[in-house]
Amino acid sequence: MKRGKHTINTEERLEFDMTPMIDCCFQLIIFFMLTLRFSYQEGDFNIRMPLAGAVAKQVDDLQSPTIKVRLTANSRGELTGITMGDRKLRGFKDLHQQIRGMVRPNPRPGTGGDQEVEFDCDYKLKYDHVVQGITAVSGYLADDGKTVVKLIEKVKFAQIRPKQ
Amino acid sequence: MKIKNHIDTNSRLCFDMTPMIDCTFQLVIFFMLTLNYAQENQDERIKLPGSELAKPSQTVLDSSVTLQLTQENTVIVGGDEVDISELKKLLQRERQLILANTTKKRKQESTIIIRADRSAQTGKVQEIIQLCQQTGFERFVLRAKDEGA
Repeated sequence: MKRGKHTINTEERLEFDMTPMIDCCFQLIIFFMLTLRFSYQEGDFNIRMPLAGAVAKQVDDLQSPTIKVRLTANSRGELTGITMGDRKLRGFKDLHQQIRGMVRPNPRPGTGGDQEVEFDCDYKLKYDHVVQGITAVSGYLADDGKTVVKLIEKVKFAQIRPKQ
Repeated sequence: MKIKNHIDTNSRLCFDMTPMIDCTFQLVIFFMLTLNYAQENQDERIKLPGSELAKPSQTVLDSSVTLQLTQENTVIVGGDEVDISELKKLLQRERQLILANTTKKRKQESTIIIRADRSAQTGKVQEIIQLCQQTGFERFVLRAKDEGA
């Protein structure tokens, strides 16, 4: 009996053209490379901002005296001076040391140690300096470099100063 | 003498592209996972101030409004630049929307997230906070770049 005409040669390899698929893959890669956007990690300050006005005043009477910090700026918005009460400070590190000396770490809300800081800033002062100030008073990183030790949680701003 | 090793000119040279395709797929998967679609609440123009204490929030904010302040002291809400005078109306509208959509128990929990550029004027930030407080918002979050990481 003759061998049938339709036989499969088991040694032949089935080949298919993958060029279009690779082209699509490259297109995808180029698309993703162009739309990739690296963004840095953002975080929030764990602070409470008391209300302005009459309600805040009633709350203030029950709490410890407010620590007032004055930040002055020049016409370009650069920081020119830091004052805490009547004391002139050398910088934010000095401010931080002063606060650490006055406040117990991790105070429980509602207790006597729950103090408040009021920032009185010049209008043109750059926001970066305010954030440095809030960082200086609100806490510090523990020795492990990850745990935040809280000092002051209540931060508020004084009346808006006129634009100079 | 027979020449055993000869090149058949009719045969095609094929090379195995499987490793290259594997690498290509790896790249595609990498970019798909790291793709960060443009978010209107994270405008690229704003360079946040840095702080080692700024940590990503542990709690999820139920309802929040993000206000962004640029270096030029313009306010961006929802991807659009608005004037300070329009901001109050916008905040009132947002407040009404939030009150309508949330239950009575959660009314007080709406938060204002402030993303201000490091070179923005503090007075402008204070004005925005004051406007929000006048509109009835009580909770504020100041965003900063996490420099402790």
